[in-house]
Amino acid sequence: MTAPMLSVENLRVSFPTHRGRVEVVKGISFELGRERLGIVGESGSGKSMTGRAILKLIRKPGLVTADRLEFDGIDLRAQSEKQMRAIRGARISMVMQDPKFSLNPVMTVGEQIAEALVTHEKLARREVEERIEAMLHSVRIDDPKRVAGLYPHEVSGGMGQRVMIAMMLIPEPELLIADEPTSALDVSVQAQVLDIIDDLVTSKGMGLILISHDLNLVSRYCDRILVMNAGTVVEECAAGQLDQASHPYTRGLLAAMPTINESRDELPVLDRNQWAGT
Amino acid sequence: MPTTETPDSAFVTRRRWRRRLGAIAGFVVTVFLTFLGLLAITFFIGRVIPIDPVLAVVGDRASNEVYAAARTAMGLDQPLVVQFFHYVVNVFSGDLGQSVSTGRSVVEDLSRFFPATLEMATIGILIGVLLGVPLGVIAASRQGSLIDQIIRVVGLLGYSMPAFWLGLVGLALFYAKLRWVGGPGRLDIFYDGLVAPATGLLLVDSLLAGEIDIFWNAITHLVLPASVLGFFSLAYIARMTRSFMLDQLSQEFVTTARVKGVPERVVIWRHAFNPIRVPLITVIGLSYAGLLEGSVMIETVFSWPGIGNYLTTALLNADMNAVLGSTLVIGAVFIFINKISDVLYRVLDPRAR
Repeated sequence: MTAPMLSVENLRVSFPTHRGRVEVVKGISFELGRERLGIVGESGSGKSMTGRAILKLIRKPGLVTADRLEFDGIDLRAQSEKQMRAIRGARISMVMQDPKFSLNPVMTVGEQIAEALVTHEKLARREVEERIEAMLHSVRIDDPKRVAGLYPHEVSGGMGQRVMIAMMLIPEPELLIADEPTSALDVSVQAQVLDIIDDLVTSKGMGLILISHDLNLVSRYCDRILVMNAGTVVEECAAGQLDQASHPYTRGLLAAMPTINESRDELPVLDRNQWAGT
Repeated sequence: MPTTETPDSAFVTRRRWRRRLGAIAGFVVTVFLTFLGLLAITFFIGRVIPIDPVLAVVGDRASNEVYAAARTAMGLDQPLVVQFFHYVVNVFSGDLGQSVSTGRSVVEDLSRFFPATLEMATIGILIGVLLGVPLGVIAASRQGSLIDQIIRVVGLLGYSMPAFWLGLVGLALFYAKLRWVGGPGRLDIFYDGLVAPATGLLLVDSLLAGEIDIFWNAITHLVLPASVLGFFSLAYIARMTRSFMLDQLSQEFVTTARVKGVPERVVIWRHAFNPIRVPLITVIGLSYAGLLEGSVMIETVFSWPGIGNYLTTALLNADMNAVLGSTLVIGAVFIFINKISDVLYRVLDPRAR
């Protein structure tokens, strides 16, 4: 394996509350090459915060510390806000969760995609339009000209998420963080959207961090999996070896997954005492 | 298919025009009905309240014959519905009756008093918007900072200080002591009545007449009362802008914009500010309408011959025609501003189209 694209060591994210600082990410470490990494965990486990911390999008009074936070040899901790802006979108990008809330309601879809592109590249208008059309095509939107002129409330959830992917991939970043990209979508379009992400990431040789609470889905689309619980990584394994997972939390999650043709009366409940100790 | 395109698009344009005409017709009808409702309510309230307009004319020592004659002459002996019908017919032919206290027709009075208020309110709301909106945006984008605290205190002051007090202090300081601004009234006595009223707005009339001196003089008189009014709308508008902005800045699409690497200035103005233009228009429209109602306090302190003063005097003299006329003008202003806001909503928010 070549030098990692992203290395994270002892990453901590904390927020002040009236009862002192609360850590939501408690010292996690991982490395990422040009591969697909899945981060799984229940809600509140700190997986989304990890994604946002990499982009330095945690706003005051939130606090991010790490022993190492390097992307392609750049120490992200030392980057100014201005330097980070040159990295965001252009080199590391993030697909957000719900297109209903993550697209600007008063700008057309085309304007929003164009913004992602022209923020980083100075291009002629004609060229911008061509790039947008090509990009919308590659996320399998058949009539890009019409769709580009629509407002977010005029497109469906699946269409909105494809627009989001187009917007985040158009400046051709090297790393894509997908934060629960399909949680807000209908089951029937989830696979379609993930296939699009998977195709584009693989064909462009990008790195992918897929954040999800869906163990099945992550094991299908990723090479490697981190299982997070309560702000720490409890398990790290290759996607194919998930059945050999050793941590009781992962085992509990796996056991709770129903399979077709089974005849269990009750799905087991996680026994948190096994690892939390409280 | 270029052969079918021409008739097709012509058809589409015709349909679109028909739809647009229909929308305009609907607009006119709703405005008309709202206005008629307003007329009915003000008229009946005006007749029901225990004020005797006849007494206001003949005085309380008139004999019964004189009283009865005046009552008949004013048409008050007829049934209310008939009176209302006559009133409506008169209003739509541009006649609001005679004012008892000024002896002129109410229309003539209003065309003198309303422009004075309009001028002051317009400058006031301009000050409120041009300063209040940016201050609110700055406060929200630096929430918790010193600037934010200062803006919030200014807003609180604007909310809690009595207008007449601020006006008096302003006059004492900037007029009596420093001589920076003109005193009460719309012009110095020296200039009074020199410009023929065309619009009734002194700033416009003096410019039309080419009288730059009078224009400047009018400004020096206008600046203080308009600033006091402006300060109050500024305080309100800044507070509302700040809270709308805070709400938007925590939205996911603002994070999306940051993820794209968009500069913070663009994040704030394009992504957070643009969506709040619609609620802001409501706030601004209501503030403006409130100012156009005429602020009796400010108009009294500054001896401003505005509609607030006129209406109050009319009320105290039981001058019902003048009261009804002023109420109608104020109501019409509200209807008008509401309709303009509706149109702006549709322009600014794609979801409302």
